[in-house]
Order: sequence, then C-alpha cells, then structure tokens
Amino acid sequence: MTTVQTGIQPISTSRRVKDRVVQALVYLAFAIAVVPLLSVLWLVVKNGLARFDLEFLTHSMRNIGARDAGGGAYHAIIGTLEQVLLASLIAVPIGLLTAVYLVEYGAGGRLARWISFFVDVMTGVPSVVSGLFVLAFWVLALGMPFSGFAGAMALSILMMPVVVRSAEEMLRLVPNDLREASYALGVPKWRTIVKVVLPTAFTGIVTGVMLAVARVAGETAPLLLTVFFTDSINNDPFSGPQMGLPLYVFDQAGRPTDTAIDRAWTGALTLILIVMLLNLVARLIAWWRSPAKRG
Amino acid sequence: MRRSAFRRSRGDVPFRVASIGAGIVLLAIMAAIGVFLVVKAIPALQANTSNFLTEKIWTPNATEPKFGIAALAFGTVLGSFLALIIATPVAIGVALFISHYAPRRLAAVLGYVVDLLAAVPSVVYGLWGVAFLVPFMRGPSEFLNTYFAWIPLFGGDQVVGKSMLTASIVLAIMILPIIAAISREVFLQAPKMQEEAALALGATRWEMIRMSVLPFGRPGIISAAMLGLGRAMGETIAVALILPATFGISFQILGPNGNSIAANIANGFGEATTIGRGALIASGLVLFLITLVVNMGARLIIARRKEFARAA
Repeated sequence: MTTVQTGIQPISTSRRVKDRVVQALVYLAFAIAVVPLLSVLWLVVKNGLARFDLEFLTHSMRNIGARDAGGGAYHAIIGTLEQVLLASLIAVPIGLLTAVYLVEYGAGGRLARWISFFVDVMTGVPSVVSGLFVLAFWVLALGMPFSGFAGAMALSILMMPVVVRSAEEMLRLVPNDLREASYALGVPKWRTIVKVVLPTAFTGIVTGVMLAVARVAGETAPLLLTVFFTDSINNDPFSGPQMGLPLYVFDQAGRPTDTAIDRAWTGALTLILIVMLLNLVARLIAWWRSPAKRG
Repeated sequence: MRRSAFRRSRGDVPFRVASIGAGIVLLAIMAAIGVFLVVKAIPALQANTSNFLTEKIWTPNATEPKFGIAALAFGTVLGSFLALIIATPVAIGVALFISHYAPRRLAAVLGYVVDLLAAVPSVVYGLWGVAFLVPFMRGPSEFLNTYFAWIPLFGGDQVVGKSMLTASIVLAIMILPIIAAISREVFLQAPKMQEEAALALGATRWEMIRMSVLPFGRPGIISAAMLGLGRAMGETIAVALILPATFGISFQILGPNGNSIAANIANGFGEATTIGRGALIASGLVLFLITLVVNMGARLIIARRKEFARAA
C-alpha cells in the first residue's frame, strides 16, 4: 500500500488534548453559571407557593401582628407599579431625547462627548447612592416628605443611562440611506427623526425601555432611603410613605418569625414573576415588530 | 457636512433645543448628586469627633459622634475584588460557550438564560443567600479552614456561614451576567476572516480562540470586569442581609468579619438621627467617588487598548 504525501499532518495529541480540556472547561463554566439560577428559582418557587394565595395578593399588612400568619403584599405591589410607572415617565423622555441628541445632532461635538462620557459614568452610579441623593436633595434640602414619588426619582436616575445607551445603539443601527432619502424629499430634520428614524428603531427602543424597567423594578436600596416603610395601603405616590415589593421582601426577611419568612418568599416569587413578565413582554414586542416578521 | 442646504422647518429649533436640554439635564443630575451629597455630609463631618478617613468605629448617633470609613471601605474593596476573582473566569467561559461553542440554534436561548441571572432582583439573591447559601457554605468553609489555613485568607480560629466569602460568592453570581454579556458581544465581533484564516491554517478551536478572539476581546473583557467591579461595590441589599456587619479590618474571609459601605447604609438608616443620616451620606459620597474612579479607569483602559485591538 502506498501512502500519499499531502503535507497535512494529523493534529498532535497534546494540541488535541489541550483543545478538549478547554472545551470541557467552557462547558463547565456554563454549568456553574446556571446552577445558582436554578437553585434560586427552585427555592423561590418552592417556598413562595406556600403563601401565594388570593389573600396575599389582595391584602396589606395592616393590623397583622408580629406573630400572625396571613397578611399580604397588595400595598407593596401597588407601590411598586406606581413607582416604576412614574420613574419611566421621568426617565424615558429624557433618555430618549438625549439619545436623539447624541446620534442626530451632537455627533462628535464636544458637548456630545461630555454627555456620552457622563452617561457611562451614570451607569456606574450605585443604586444606594441614587437613593442617598434623593434623600439629601428632596427630603433633607427641600424638606419634602418620604413618598413614592421620591422613590420614583431615585429609580429614574438608575433608568436614564440604560435608556440612553439602548436607544442610542438602536438609533445608530438605522441606515443613513433612510435619513438621506427623507432629506432628499425635502422633509425637515425633526420630522425625519420623528417619522423615519424613531419608527425604524421603535422595537429596539421599546425592548430597551422594558429591560430598564425590569431592572429598576427589583431595586431595593433606593426605595429604602426614599419611600420609607408602611404596612398600610397608600394609593397616592405623592404623599405619605409607600411600600415597594422589593422593600417588602427585605422587611419581611428581617423579621424573626416563620410566617414573615414565608411572606418574604412569596413576595420574592411575586417580584420575580413581575420582572420576568416584563422581560417576556419586551422580547415579545421585539419579535412582534421585528422586520424579519413584517418582511 | 453643511446642513443649511435645505430649508429649516419651524419645528426644527424646538426639537433640537429639547434634545440638547435633555442631555444637559443628565449632566446636571450628575453634578447635583456630587453637590448635594457633599452639602449634606459636611455638618455630620464637622460634628465627628474622630478622623473620618482612619476611624473604624461607626457610632454617629451617640452624643459624641464618632465614625470613620476605614473598615467599611476595606470591606467594600475586599468583597468586590473577591467577587471579581470568582466571577471573571466563569464569565469568560460562559461568553465563549455562547459565542463559539454552543450549537448556533441554542446559543440565543442559552444567552437569554444567562441574562435571566441579571433579571433576578438583588433582594431575592439576599434571601437565597441567607436561607440557602449561608448554611450550605459552612462545610466548604470548614474544609478550607482545616486544610488551607496556611493561606492567610482562609486562616482564623472561627468559621461561620455569614462570612465575607459567602457574600463574595453572592456578589460574584450577581455580576457574572454583566461580565458575560459584554464579553460575549465583544467575542461575537471578533473578525470572522481572522478566525477562518486560523482554522484554515490548521489551528484547533482553542488555538483559533487564543490567537484571534481573545486578543481582540481583551479590552472588552477588561472593561466588563471593571464594570462588574463597580456593580459589586455598590451592591447593597444582598450584602446587607448576609454580612455580619462588624467594624474591624481583617483578611480572614471565613470568620465573622466584614461589612461594606452600601450594606452599612441599608442597615443603619432606620435608626439614624440627623447626624447619623449625614454620616451615612458622607459614606455614600466615598462610595460614589470610588465607583467613579473605577468606572473612569475602565474607560481609560478601553480607550488606550482599543487602538491596539484595531491595529492587530
């Protein structure tokens, strides 16, 4: 039998082994990352279902004694929904307009570079610092009371840079040809932005906003410093202490009785369901409006 | 490019002003954060009977307020560096798995699974940490203390579940998805031509990654790690639930030591008097400055390394 000389040598054993070892390590890394997620979700579902009932969703903690079972998180759920909605109302317009400025108007200018730099810095502001800022500014300096609105302001500071970054990224993806075609038809710049650029980027922007909302909905530290605690229902975010679902979990987890710990788990389950629902809606919108589907 | 070529519409100026205004509001908020934290910290710092930078004790509510940042800052830095050391290798592995190892069809779904880790609120990690990880860590901690006590970190006479190590592991889990997500994006952008050239020359998958993907992705990994570090430093609630909240400086991460600036704010706010609130705001200012330095450092490193990455 004759062997054909091709010049291609088989891969040496040591190189092949190294390749396989790295592959195994990479697979292992993924497994290590997924284990805590599964563990968290499993424990939250297992322990949370015990109290996940109608009473929990429709009652507050008013008149629930330290050792009593029962009670719920209705006041906290209402608080979280209102605070997150208010935070979005503040953060989304500012964030979106800033992104429009960075992409459409400022391009490369000094002010745009400064804003872009500080948006990055703002991304790194710890959530507890934004809470302290609202405490120092709104409560201590202006003498306003603790309220859901104060919490919403702290959350909006955390949302803004996320909205700016995601919207900016989406606006940059809009092909320049579209803008130029619009200009060529004599459409003014602002109408081009409103009618051509923003609709084209709409899906991505909504997804980014929803993910930002999901991120702040679980923040506890800013609420701790700005909305204070209450065990009663307070539907008005502008006056009086409110509750938030993350704060509720923190509060109940710190109490020494088993019934409180049960409520903490159920609160955690509710919170995760809300956050996951927001995530899911964000992805669904992305899918529903995606060009591939319309195409 | 001159834009005066086409007629200005009436709506153009207000829209432009509004968008510039929004950007300036952002800058103003950042400035206001610094200013108001300083203003509200000063009265407390003046009432302090001890050196704020070197004092370890935190008793701002006493009649003779005495508080300092030393122990808290030490705990913050130690805890987040440990978290970074634990999280970064795993995160790079996860990023490589999704960008280069997982089957193409599964990659998007698996990436979403890792992103879900970031969607879990920090208070839930705290609850999980207290209920599950703290008891769970007692065994491994005893093991480390028995056999690896010659490493100073694992030394000490007392071993507890509520330790710096446990808090660092929770922090590592929380920052892992951020580091993984950014690294993954960078790895996916690695030039396909180089990857295919490496494979065509007979490189194995690992050699291809080492020669073309990792050098290209290095600035991305560094920036991702720095952002993760900043996130770990500012993390509050999970750490507040787990750390034993002591005021000492010790490298023994298995013992009942450890605290952080953010955790101290969460634990101390409820019973804080006026001076106490001011003291917490002062500590928050320190945290703000530390994270500012870390984030700016990350940006500088990226800016410098980017040229290398492009040249390569």
